[in-house]
Amino acid sequence: MTTPTKHERRIVIRPPLPLAGTTRDENRKLIREWWDELNAAGEEGRPVANVFVMGSMAEILRTFDMPIAFPEMTSLQTAVRGRSLEYITTAEDAGYSPDICGYVKADIGVHLQGGDHPMGHLPEPSLVVATNLCNTYIKWAEIWERMYSCPVFVFDIPGWRGSGFETKRGSGTFRDDVRYVEAQVRELIALTEEVTGKRFDIDRFRENLASVNELSRLFREVLELNQHRPAPFNALTEGINLMGIVNAYRGSPKGTRFLEIAKAEFTERAERGVGAVPDERFRLLLVGTACYSNFRDFAGLFEDWQGVFPHSDYMSFAGGALDRGVHYDLDRPIESMAEQMVLTTQEAMGGMFWGQDWLTEVVREWSIDGIVFHGVKSCRTVSTGLPDEREWLLRRRDIPGLFIQSDLVDPRLWSAAQLKNRIDAFFESLESRRAAGARR
Amino acid sequence: MICVETVESIVEEARALVEDPSYPAARRWLEEHPDGKVLGHFQVYFPEELAHAAGMLPLKIAGFDTTLQIRKADAHLAAFVCSIARSALELVMSGTLDILDMFVFPPICDVARHSCAVWARNFEDIDSQIMYLPHNAASAAAVPYLTGEYRRILREIEEVASTRVTDEALRASIELFNENRRLIHELYRIKRETPWLLSAVETYLLTRAAGAMPRERHNELVRRALAAVEHRDAKPQDKVRVVFSGGFCEQPPLDLIAVIQDACYIVDDDFMVGLRWLTEDVPVDAEDPIEALADAYLHRSDYSPVQHDPRKPKEEMLLRKVREAGAEAVIVAAAKMCEPGLEEQVGYSQALYEAGIPHLVMEFEEKTTTFEQTRMEVETFAESLLFEFA
Repeated sequence: MTTPTKHERRIVIRPPLPLAGTTRDENRKLIREWWDELNAAGEEGRPVANVFVMGSMAEILRTFDMPIAFPEMTSLQTAVRGRSLEYITTAEDAGYSPDICGYVKADIGVHLQGGDHPMGHLPEPSLVVATNLCNTYIKWAEIWERMYSCPVFVFDIPGWRGSGFETKRGSGTFRDDVRYVEAQVRELIALTEEVTGKRFDIDRFRENLASVNELSRLFREVLELNQHRPAPFNALTEGINLMGIVNAYRGSPKGTRFLEIAKAEFTERAERGVGAVPDERFRLLLVGTACYSNFRDFAGLFEDWQGVFPHSDYMSFAGGALDRGVHYDLDRPIESMAEQMVLTTQEAMGGMFWGQDWLTEVVREWSIDGIVFHGVKSCRTVSTGLPDEREWLLRRRDIPGLFIQSDLVDPRLWSAAQLKNRIDAFFESLESRRAAGARR
Repeated sequence: MICVETVESIVEEARALVEDPSYPAARRWLEEHPDGKVLGHFQVYFPEELAHAAGMLPLKIAGFDTTLQIRKADAHLAAFVCSIARSALELVMSGTLDILDMFVFPPICDVARHSCAVWARNFEDIDSQIMYLPHNAASAAAVPYLTGEYRRILREIEEVASTRVTDEALRASIELFNENRRLIHELYRIKRETPWLLSAVETYLLTRAAGAMPRERHNELVRRALAAVEHRDAKPQDKVRVVFSGGFCEQPPLDLIAVIQDACYIVDDDFMVGLRWLTEDVPVDAEDPIEALADAYLHRSDYSPVQHDPRKPKEEMLLRKVREAGAEAVIVAAAKMCEPGLEEQVGYSQALYEAGIPHLVMEFEEKTTTFEQTRMEVETFAESLLFEFA
């Protein structure tokens, strides 16, 4: 069989599968509902919480029926709709530097334009919860604090400490961390009671925790489906849809229902041998984020080589660490939430800074041919050490990697020719490596 | 006739230590202490008392200007990363600073947290640690948590130094560092009240030397400088009094500070603020000296863009600093590619604008070598203010 040309690949029609498109349709419906809820809350003057995908504390906030806005998601949405630059330049005109996070500027641009967003109207936050999992979250929260005089709760979850550190349940450091986090869970509950004027309902809280347990189980099962060859979904493109829902509906039965739909569709694809990318030839692991201002072009640079991303570290840390296995003990909900927050976020964030062992494991389990390290100017949290990690994995573990740079949402940092040259060269090197392996 | 040392000669001693990336005073200390261990720490704040009590030499690594060429570090970090992270890494990769046994990064930003992992991967003989200072400074659990974290770091230190630290040793170290902070605060008081007697560059060099030499000797150095200042004969000049904001982590080149002081009196600043982060003495007689250090960090301390503390709104803290220094204007600076510093500039500018305080916004990089543009901007700014205040 000859390799199809790029044009032929683009017009490949998949066999008609009964569940085809069900995940996409449910995603669209739920994202619309999420926006409708934000819009309604804004119009009715109900309190809204601004939170972030890493450590959203949705389990607590949902107990109070607070609509939850995720500015990372709404900034991303401005980019995929081709509107991010106008918001970014609005923020830059107000004094924000060209060298800071584009998500921050896209969001602040929306707020400076009165909240008008391509998908609705962003309400003013009544409460902000910013974890330390990304330091920029805290600076971002301070901007809203200045704009709206809203309370900011910095939820601090200490991370991995350094050389040889492991999160050990019985250790003194773990106990210290959990005590600190548990105190903050209680303090956040008290603050949310104050902001909403509602009493904390621990049974409601238990229901939310139970829902997250289920969400985590399903999320892991969906990710593991991609160990199948060909990979039934592309973590680069379809993965974003999964993450959007598991964040916006964390702790809600709608989130688990969505993952059941996704699992069914991807299982069907796996059973029928239908891959996310037709005639899959290369299996890649994305480290970092995609470029959302040029999303289709970015994905196309890999799909043109029949490369698929069965996994990404983004699905781990930006998926709220659900992939690490969240197991809340419903008999002691507050204590257990603190323990699980420490365990799962330390692993997910540790996997980002000290990623070499986790990446090696994913390469083995998901049969990865090479790693694409995508550094983005907007996000030093994911990008800073990527060149070092790439070099280390090649030298110590013989895992090939490509390091490229652009941005999350700022199209001015997209350089198509330069990216294409580097990506093409990487695929050529993977082909040579494969040929050399076959000769041996 | 009594021969009195001059401020200039003492400042030159400090300059020789600050401008040499091989840390010559630390090497001399190692010659005197052949089994001694060295703990480096990144900006902004580290409780150096913990290392000192274990007999280690704490060194503050604050990057370097063009005296250090970046040859290897660039290949290990993404392009959009600040210069201080590169130069700190280069110091060790190049072998210029080959005396570190342990290195501690506070979690001030994501570049710092990543850097710890980069160091751990590349320098297996250096114990690289992140010391998680609490970001939720207002939590009731912050002091107990930080006390535990300090104890954890102390255990790492004890292992590296092969020793056990007693409370008595900690108290002695606290006393030494209390004295050091008092002396540095005194330098700043003189600069604030009589800036013609001690310039910004001189204060900077005398202060920064603390991080590059044994603290006992630094105390002596500053005492000598303070004595020499008393004999200085200088007259006030007609200069605008400004506060410099933005030097909490990456340091501006000395020449940039000199360019500003040519046109203005820098009466207060946040250069190397970690060395004077604690604003009051740490109690020496506290039952638990580690808890006392933790309590001081959270409750009797300065402010910076890398700490969110609702009790210390940063704009209000800056305005208070301006008032207390009797400053007429502010230089609102930030290091290039420094996310927290650049974001803070907007809030500071807005607050200063609302308070009617003139300010000049600028970016800098430790590697900058030409300052003509900056000189023109600062001179124009200062002249416009002199006309306004005349």
